[in-house]
Amino acid sequence: MSENMAKDMHKNMYADMYEMTVGIECHVQLATKTKLFSAVDNDARGKEPNACVSPVDYALPGMLPMLNSQAVVLAVRMGEALGAKINPRSHFDRKHYYYPDLPKGYQTTQFYAPIIGAGKVVLPNGHSVRVEHAHLEEDAGKLTHFGDYSLVDLNRAGTPLIEIVSQPDIHSAEDARLYAEELWRLATYAGVSFGDLYHGNMRFDVNISVAEKGAAKLGTRVEVKNLNSFRSVERAASFEFERQAGLLAAGRGAEIRQETRGWSDATGKTTTQRSKEEAQDYRYMPDPDVPPLNLSAEFIAGILAEMPKLPAAYRAAFAGAGIAAETVEIILGHQILAVRLLEVLELDAKLAVKVANLFTGTLLAEENAGLDLSVASGERLAELAQMNEGGELSSTATKQVLVELYDTKNSEKSAKILAKEMNLLQENDDEALEKIILGVLDDPAAASAVADVRAGEMKAVGFLIGLIMKNSGGKANPARARELLLKKLG
Amino acid sequence: MSSVIKVASEKVSAVELVAAALEKAKKFAEYNVFTSLNEKAALAKAAEIDKKIARGEKAGRLAGVPYALKDNFSSREGKTTASAKMLENYRAPITATAVKKLEDEGAIMIGRTNLDAFAHGGSTENSYFGATANAHDKTRVAGGSSGGSATAVALDIVPFALGTDTGGSIRQPASFNGVYGMKPTFGAVSRYGVVAMASSTDTIGVLAQTAEDTQMLMGLLAGKDEKDTTTLDDFLAAAKSEKLKIGVISDFMGEGVDDEVAKLTKDYIEKLKKAGHQVSEVKMPILKYALAVYYVVVPAEVASNLSRYDGIRYGFRAKDAKTLGEIYSKSRDEGLMPENKRRILIGNFVLSSGFFDAYYLKAQKVRTLIIKAYNEMFAKYDVLVCPVAPTPAFKIGENTSDALKMYLGDIMTVPPSLAGLPALSVPAGKTASGLPIGVQLIGARRSDAILMGLAAEIEGLK
Repeated sequence: MSENMAKDMHKNMYADMYEMTVGIECHVQLATKTKLFSAVDNDARGKEPNACVSPVDYALPGMLPMLNSQAVVLAVRMGEALGAKINPRSHFDRKHYYYPDLPKGYQTTQFYAPIIGAGKVVLPNGHSVRVEHAHLEEDAGKLTHFGDYSLVDLNRAGTPLIEIVSQPDIHSAEDARLYAEELWRLATYAGVSFGDLYHGNMRFDVNISVAEKGAAKLGTRVEVKNLNSFRSVERAASFEFERQAGLLAAGRGAEIRQETRGWSDATGKTTTQRSKEEAQDYRYMPDPDVPPLNLSAEFIAGILAEMPKLPAAYRAAFAGAGIAAETVEIILGHQILAVRLLEVLELDAKLAVKVANLFTGTLLAEENAGLDLSVASGERLAELAQMNEGGELSSTATKQVLVELYDTKNSEKSAKILAKEMNLLQENDDEALEKIILGVLDDPAAASAVADVRAGEMKAVGFLIGLIMKNSGGKANPARARELLLKKLG
Repeated sequence: MSSVIKVASEKVSAVELVAAALEKAKKFAEYNVFTSLNEKAALAKAAEIDKKIARGEKAGRLAGVPYALKDNFSSREGKTTASAKMLENYRAPITATAVKKLEDEGAIMIGRTNLDAFAHGGSTENSYFGATANAHDKTRVAGGSSGGSATAVALDIVPFALGTDTGGSIRQPASFNGVYGMKPTFGAVSRYGVVAMASSTDTIGVLAQTAEDTQMLMGLLAGKDEKDTTTLDDFLAAAKSEKLKIGVISDFMGEGVDDEVAKLTKDYIEKLKKAGHQVSEVKMPILKYALAVYYVVVPAEVASNLSRYDGIRYGFRAKDAKTLGEIYSKSRDEGLMPENKRRILIGNFVLSSGFFDAYYLKAQKVRTLIIKAYNEMFAKYDVLVCPVAPTPAFKIGENTSDALKMYLGDIMTVPPSLAGLPALSVPAGKTASGLPIGVQLIGARRSDAILMGLAAEIEGLK
């Protein structure tokens, strides 16, 4: 038995015997103009280290926090996206620890009274995950280590975050990934975050314990910190499940320690970072420098009135139009496409199905990566789909025009004008088509195929239509050409 | 006549005024009033103001008036040390809002005054630069933590000085030196740029020679500041001049209070009665818990606020520190005074897991009861009266070995701080041995103008 086969066997056995219980803490960077407590640019991408730092972020003596109201607005939106209660009264607390990337010696967060209460996230597969609460807090800076020294970059220090804390409702690595993806969709659809995972806009801490199926007590909890991709969330959960189940199966359950572990994408493994015994006492204290946050019902209602549509609304609409669930999920990965598709749907549900397939089959194909997905309006897309529907454009030509529709230099042109310019409109003029058919029938190269068809060998029809298409420069409507050809060969 | 107005209206140039103040500051060098003098910049500014006046331009309501600045206010002029080794070489890149407001009116800072390091203390003996002497007896303390500011005003080096008051740090040194000391309602004056001690009770105020000056200066300093979100809209307008209902806090008039202090306070109360105000005794037994509450809540905030002094970005860093842990521990060990460390230890203890509910939370609950008791009292009275401190200024070194005895000296100033109330220390005469005594006038939140108006009225009776 090979090593891999042995591994697979164990895997299956573990899956039968054990169950994982996962809770996820997700840090979402907010798309605010300025930092949570200072009027400094919150977008440090491409900037020199320490270019976005004010005396407040630097924690000079006598500096006081000024709460960014835009962050509060985005928190209310996030709460709504999580189907959660917005707490009318919340306040900020100080979480104390020493580290060079934490200038004040404490992080300002919401420990005792968070702004967002309990909520629920429904995954595309129907499973749901309860949200325990979510709170506003500030990010720390960044350390870069060199040989015998380290450098501090405070550009990120003070960036507003929302930390979303789930209940331990997740029981598979796949659901862990689906939950992370759904949070990403919710945060980006609500306009709360840019959702740029590469730049750390969302980070996940996965808490995972493993116990025998049906056991009354959960296993020892291990936290895998700072995962920055959906795939790593799934892989880390999967790795930890196997690691912990392996130890349990070997009777070495005591070796599972309550600890913080780090994940390496390169090795595909988690490793010990800090054990519970070394855990710090954060000495939480209400922050006397930030007055409690009191949100009136009118203030909250005003924000919710401007709330963008959430994935669930799109899912319901698209399913109603008969678009396949799988297709819908792919499209939901790009909010702007969901917006455009809904525009199409509001014009004509049947066309929406066509456009949805164009999105997943062509627009999102690898060779078209790099297109600005916001260029084509719903109206232009609907027109394109209508031309295909009406036989004016072949499927191939439709795809070609679609790509041109997304070229910014064509943003003023309709699908029809583009198709004309590209000389792709199908030949539906019977007279012209008949001329081409007669030409093919006279072509010596077609003689044997013509004879076959006459003898009832219908396979040869395809060959003849191919010739007709070729001679028409691809503009012939193949269905009509077939009709006319068969009539001629009677 | 108000001394500030007198100075401003005297037919002398700003340069002459500032030069005279600097000369006096040097003459009284042995009192250790200043951590640094601002000689060059002050004289240059004075010359600038004289030119403005000569050109007939507006130079501000305090044009050319010299003042002293407690050394925990950020200003681009000189170093902001907070009298701590930790900040011995710290130059602030910003200007505190209170300082900016004075600068805008043409006032000229001639020097930074000594304080207990990070304002932790009531005698200015906890300064890294040594104690400041009392203006009336060089062997005695100036009080604290605004000891340098009080002595500067009492020695008439300057007509007024800025101070900070967290639990009595303006009022008590004002009392010990015989000058006016105003601690406003919490939030009246912006804390922006002032080295934080305890965020929930830190206030900015003035030490001055007359009630009239105190009133005028507080009016200039108060107001909303977007950089300090706890600031209130300006409410210091004008005081009502009607007859007031005044309660004498009897809890602070008996046991533990020096006889002469009690006697001078009673004399002042007689003046209040003579002026036609209705005076009666009140009891506030809950105030006996205020000191305990204060020394739980304030050290917690102190420990938190001093976390930023870590030797990483600015301030003192121990030279022989080799690891990150050593940068923290050695820099803080060497850069902070024993009293700073005591408060950090107490603060971290009361905030630590398992003790938070029993200490910090319990203390905050009692604090709420104290606020409630004051509210009930102010439903019936306009002003409450008691001494500022149980004793006159004590000898330098007398209490330094007994922290508890030192803390007990704050027993009368701490309660209004916990409730965010305005309180004014008014000079009320001297003891037989020539030591000044202050009486404390306490009002409801936002009643600052009433207190200063009352003090001005009694001052006028002399």
